[in-house]
Amino acid sequence: MRLVVDLNRCQGFAQCAFLAPDVFALHGGEALLFTSRFDEALRDQVEQAAAACPVQAILVDFSDEPTKGAEGRVG
Amino acid sequence: MSADGDVKALRRKGRIVVVGASLAGLRAAETLRDQGFTGSLTLVGDEPYEPYDRPPLSKQVLLGLECAEDTALPRTRDIDAEWRLGVAAAGLDRAAKDVRLVNGDTLPYDRLLITTGTKARPWFHPEEAALDGVFVLRTRDDSARLFRKLAAGPRRVLVIGAGFTGSEIASVCRERDVEVTVAERAPAPLVGALGEVVATVAARLQRDHGVDLRCGVSVTALEGDPAGRLRRAHLSDGSAIDVDVAVVCLGALRNTEWLAGSGLAAGPRGVACDAGCRVFDANGIVTDDIYAAGDVARCPHPLFGYQFLSLEHWGNAVEQARIAAHNMLCASTDRRPHLWVPMFWSVQFGVNIKSVGVPTLGDQLVVAQGALDEARFVAVYGYRGRVIAAASFDAGKWLGFYQQQIEAGAPFPPDYALVDRRTDTLQPVDPAFPDPHLPTHEPTVTVTGHSPTERRVQFVAPHA
Ligand SMILES: Cc1cc2nc3c(=O)[nH]c(=O)nc-3n(C[C@H](O)[C@H](O)[C@H](O)COP(=O)(O)OP(=O)(O)OC[C@H]3O[C@@H](n4cnc5c(N)ncnc54)[C@H](O)[C@@H]3O)c2cc1C
Ligand code: SF4
Repeated sequence: MRLVVDLNRCQGFAQCAFLAPDVFALHGGEALLFTSRFDEALRDQVEQAAAACPVQAILVDFSDEPTKGAEGRVG
Repeated sequence: MSADGDVKALRRKGRIVVVGASLAGLRAAETLRDQGFTGSLTLVGDEPYEPYDRPPLSKQVLLGLECAEDTALPRTRDIDAEWRLGVAAAGLDRAAKDVRLVNGDTLPYDRLLITTGTKARPWFHPEEAALDGVFVLRTRDDSARLFRKLAAGPRRVLVIGAGFTGSEIASVCRERDVEVTVAERAPAPLVGALGEVVATVAARLQRDHGVDLRCGVSVTALEGDPAGRLRRAHLSDGSAIDVDVAVVCLGALRNTEWLAGSGLAAGPRGVACDAGCRVFDANGIVTDDIYAAGDVARCPHPLFGYQFLSLEHWGNAVEQARIAAHNMLCASTDRRPHLWVPMFWSVQFGVNIKSVGVPTLGDQLVVAQGALDEARFVAVYGYRGRVIAAASFDAGKWLGFYQQQIEAGAPFPPDYALVDRRTDTLQPVDPAFPDPHLPTHEPTVTVTGHSPTERRVQFVAPHA
C-alpha cells in the first residue's frame, strides 16, 4: 500500500501526523515528511488521515498489483 | 486518425503510446482510462522500475526515513497498460507513425505522448565523473547509492551547485552530522530560482547549520587516488578540499536525444508544444497526434506573456499530463489549455520553502509578510507593475492567496499592509536575479521563449 502527498496543496496542518504518526511527521515548523509505502496494519490510520486532510492532499492506493513487462535490465 | 471525426474510433480502439514511464506518464495513462479510452495503451520507460516519486529521493530517502525502493507512486485506478520497462525509445518515425525501441521493436501509434523528463547534468570531465565517490541524484538508484555512502560515514561531502537538490542534500548531510562543503558559482544558493535577496536567507540558513558554504567559486577538478577513489576537489579560487564524496548538482538535461531526426521541435530546451500540449514540428507547425507533458515539455503560458516555460515541478507534471491526455482524446473544440500556475516546494534545514508563479520574471520584490532575518516570510515578486510570483519560507499558508493575485493580474507593489501589520512600508527592491544570459545550475523554471531580436528562419525538410 502506498501513498503520495501533494505538498503544493499541503498546508502543514498536521492533521495527518496526529492520526497516523507512523506515516506522517512534521519536519521543522511546517514541512511534512511521509513514508510512501505503509503496512496493512496502518490501513485504518492512513485512511483516516487521508479523509481528515483539510485540503485533500493525500493520495492513497491500496493495490499492490505487480507491473508486468519489465525487461529486467536497462536496454 | 487525425481528423476530429475519428475521435470516437480512437477512443474505442486507438493505439496510444506513452514514452517516459514516470510521474507524468502514469498520470496521463490514468486520465486516458478515466476519460473512457478503451484502446491499447503502452508505457515505455528506460528505467526498470514502475513509476516512482522523485522528491523524496533527496529528502526522506537520504535521511533514512524510507527506502528508495519504496517510493513507487500510488495508482488512482487500473490502467490496463502494456508496460515496456527497462527499454528506451531510440527513435520516432512520424511518417510511419511508430516509435522505435533500442531492442529493435517498433510500436505503432495513433497518438503519442512524450514524457521523457530530464536527467542529471553529469560532471563535465568523464574520467573524474567515473571516480568512486562522485554522484548525481535523479533516479531511485542514484538515491539508494548515495544513501549507502552517507550511511557509511564519509569524512566530508562536497555538494557542487546550490540549487534546490544541492541544498536539500547539504541539509540532509548536516542532519546526519556529516561534514559538508557546498560550492556554488553564484553569489548565494538558490539565486537562479529566487534571486539574490531571498537567496541571502538561504545562505544564512546553510551557514547557521554548519555548512561550509563557498559562493562565487566553481569546482575546477576532482582528483582521485591510485585506486580510483575520490579524495580531493580543486576550486577556482586556488583552494583544495579533501573530500570522499562529491554530489554533482548542476541541474538537468532534457531527454530529447531520442527525437533527433524526427522533425519535431525538440532540443536541449525541451519539446516545444502549444498550450494544449500538442507538439510543434521543427517548422513551428503544430502536430495533431503527438503530445508532450512534464519536465521535458516547454509551452507558452498566457499569464506570463506567452513565453515558453519549461518547468521542473512535480505539480506541473501531474497537471500537464492530465491536460495532454484529455486533449488527445477530444475534438479540437473540446480541448483545454494548460493554465496551471507554476508551483513547487522544497524542504531544507527544517524550513518549508514554497513558490508560486514565475519568480525569475520578477523585476521587483517586496517582503509582504514576516521578515527576511526571521526566515519566516513571503516575498512577492512584481513584473511591470503586477504580481507575478511569491516565495515563502515557513509561511506556505499564504501562497493560495498570492496564486489568486497572480491569476487576477493584481497590481504591484501590493497594497495590503493590513495583512501583516508589521509590514508598514512595502518598499520594492530589485530581486537581483543573475543576468539571464548566463547559464545557471538549477533555475527550475526556464523562460525559453525567444526575443524578437533573435528571430531567424530556416526551413527544415522532413527527414532531412
Ligand atoms: C531529487 C529530486 C527532488 C525533487 N524535489 C522536488 C520538489 O521538492 N518539489 C517539486 O515540485 N519537484 C521536485 N522534483 C521534480 C519532480 O520530481 C519532477 O518535476 C517530476 O519527476 C517530473 O516528472 P516527469 O514524468 O515529467 O519526468 P521524470 O520524472 O524525469 O520521468 C521521465 C522518465 O522517462 C524516462 N526516459 C527518458 N528517456 C527515455 C527514453 N528515450 N525512452 C524511455 N524512457 C525514457 C526517464 O528515465 C524517466 O523515468 C524533484 C526531482 C528530483 C530528481
Ligand atoms: S493533513 Fe493534509 S494539509 Fe495537513 S499536514 Fe497532512 S497532508 Fe498536509
